Amino acid sequence: MQIKSRVVNNTLYIMLSGELDEYSASTVRKNLDTLLDTQKGFVQIVMDLSELTFMDSTGVGVLIGRYKKMRECNKPIFITNPSRNAERIFEMSGLFKIMPKIV
Amino acid sequence: MRNSMEIKFKAIAENEAFARNVVASFVLPLNPTLSEIDDLKTAVSEAVTNVVVHAYPNSTGYITMKVVTQNNTIAISISDNGIGIQDIEKALTPFYTSKPNEERSGMGFTVMESFMDKLEVTNNKNGVTVKMLKQIENKKENDNAVGF
Repeated sequence: MQIKSRVVNNTLYIMLSGELDEYSASTVRKNLDTLLDTQKGFVQIVMDLSELTFMDSTGVGVLIGRYKKMRECNKPIFITNPSRNAERIFEMSGLFKIMPKIV
Repeated sequence: MRNSMEIKFKAIAENEAFARNVVASFVLPLNPTLSEIDDLKTAVSEAVTNVVVHAYPNSTGYITMKVVTQNNTIAISISDNGIGIQDIEKALTPFYTSKPNEERSGMGFTVMESFMDKLEVTNNKNGVTVKMLKQIENKKENDNAVGF
């Protein structure tokens, strides 16, 4: 599981690559939190899931956790390029209501 | 043609990818679509995650996974010898989690139900068995019942 990031025009783009499940979740949580705590100069976040090859509902918990963290500093998170199954899981769990999908 | 397999592996998160990939490989002769393979992998991952997270709080146990295929139907059974589920009806409720402090979505069984055609959860004398069925769409007219 790899996390790449860059800031463009006050937006922090985060690209998750690989498989997000119970096995990788704790590392992903830790690495995302470190990134969100240390990165400067952004007012919103876009999570690009185009390279996420597998995700189960563990991913919803991970993303909601980061949403709660960023809500405290009023930085919205948007989701882009989820796979078909990730999209279904997000829709089922209502995740897009708090982390809208963008194209 | 009927085919079947059974494996036993340690209930640790590291084995989730192993379990879902084994199922994906085993069902390939049925010629499923990529979407159907993704559905199966996701459902298996959810079932194995449940065992890893809940079944053995004070020890490391094992998971037994059986897969039976016949014509266009895939039956998957995932069992453990853990502490069981106190209230199955509650556990099946969307968003319910017995571990609300661990960033868990409580969507595991809901995902299994949605991605498979049938889900059955039972407490055994020792542990829990989750049985799931899925039919491969493009061969639906050749349906024959399959079970354990």
